[in-house]
Amino acid sequence: MLYKNELIQSFLSGDMRALARTVSMVEAGDLQSLQLLAAFAREGKRARLIGITGPPGAGKSTLAAKLAESLLDRGERVALLLIDPSSPFTGGAILGDRIRMHAIAGRSGLYIRSLGSRGSLGGLSRAVPPIVQLLENFGFDAIILETVGTGQAETDVIETVDSVVVVTVPGLGDDVQAMKAGIIEIADVFVVNKADREGAERTARQMEEALKLGPSDVPVLTTIATTGVGVPALISSLDAHYQTMLADGELAKRRERRLRKALHAYAASLVSVRLAEWVEEQLTGHWADIESGRVDIYSCGRRLAEEFQKGR
Amino acid sequence: MSQRSFIRVLVAKPGLDGHDRGAKIVARALRDAGMEVIYTGLRQTPEQIVEAALQEDVDVVALSCLSGAHNYLFPKVVELLRQQGGADILVLGGGVIPEEDIPALKQSGVKEIFTPGTTTQAIVEFIRAHAIQK
Ligand SMILES: Nc1nc2c(ncn2[C@@H]2O[C@H](COP(=O)(O)OP(=O)(O)OP(=O)(O)O)[C@@H](O)[C@H]2O)c(=O)[nH]1
Ligand SMILES: [Mg+2]
Repeated sequence: MLYKNELIQSFLSGDMRALARTVSMVEAGDLQSLQLLAAFAREGKRARLIGITGPPGAGKSTLAAKLAESLLDRGERVALLLIDPSSPFTGGAILGDRIRMHAIAGRSGLYIRSLGSRGSLGGLSRAVPPIVQLLENFGFDAIILETVGTGQAETDVIETVDSVVVVTVPGLGDDVQAMKAGIIEIADVFVVNKADREGAERTARQMEEALKLGPSDVPVLTTIATTGVGVPALISSLDAHYQTMLADGELAKRRERRLRKALHAYAASLVSVRLAEWVEEQLTGHWADIESGRVDIYSCGRRLAEEFQKGR
Repeated sequence: MSQRSFIRVLVAKPGLDGHDRGAKIVARALRDAGMEVIYTGLRQTPEQIVEAALQEDVDVVALSCLSGAHNYLFPKVVELLRQQGGADILVLGGGVIPEEDIPALKQSGVKEIFTPGTTTQAIVEFIRAHAIQK
């Protein structure tokens, strides 16, 4: 077990074990551990954040591995955050995205971490921004985030990355309605994977038609993630998108949105803990009124919230 | 220090055999017991398993081996974990393991060996009792 000062030292010296430990602490939502982030902050250190989303089985992990490989090949340090669904009932999960990482596992400058979608207090959308910040501070040049492509929390997360790759497969595009609403709109690059299957070109053209209705021209590419066909074009497309965003200020805007979101969530979590404690204190002695029905929880809650705010 | 509210387990298959039915059954049982399971797939070297365990910051490594090479592979995982700062990770083994191999495996640091007759419930309970939750 690493203690706090030792942990900070190890983290700053580039020890992956310290990184892994810290990611767990932040994921657990421990407020004190979030303050550790301040100790790691490095001025000017910026990572490029690429999100990959799309329906289950579309080839997101396979594609993420190929993308990571290309970035590693050109000397970048890469972190992969792989999100798989957790059971809403038990909180348990089988995180299987790592199965697709065999070809790159063990390469230096690479860190791979699997996350359960509901494994953290307050949910994914609260855990991911500080984890991303940790990875950025650790010194990665690129962070690739894979999500399941379903659910509001996922959309929230994917919205905050620099570039969003939406992956689909031939056939699924036949029914554009089948793509979860909101997912198409956030695509910066659209990929029809499994292009070795029949109908890829047709699906790509349908997606192009559908995307024309949107505000900007989103490139539609075809890939075969298992062999790497189309991956260089995807990298070029992402590079071009990055350069455009850098030039027109969109990158700064997205980063600001990400940081604001994280800041709001953190501030809210600090208040909510204190508020909960305070409410509990105030309630002692008054609970009988609520239990008997003399006072309802809504008027009581409103009065307490007002008093809490006055006291600040 | 913060504590996770759940146990994280790496289920790994070292060795060259291509059967992961047993490993998958265990993975599902652990998930149903509320644990987070990272499944890394077939034919992993001890080096790959240890790297994954450390990067994923797991509490437990559950190894399944049917190839007969457990006497080399299981202790190797324990040894590498100890060398790389993962000595607090609980290592378990399963698969077709002859009775006479078990004492030496335990001696090497594998905390428990589960042979084919074991119920998944027994594995869940063992992990709950022995994992040092981070
Ligand atoms: N034929 C073909 N199969 C592919 C291609 N890309 C991925 N696959 C296969 O599709 C299956 C799913 O791939 P993954 O990369 O795990 O897909 P995913 O979208 O990450 O899946 P989830 O994380 O479970 O949602 C695997 O068996 C891959 O080998 C491709 O381009 N062509
Ligand atoms: Mg995947």
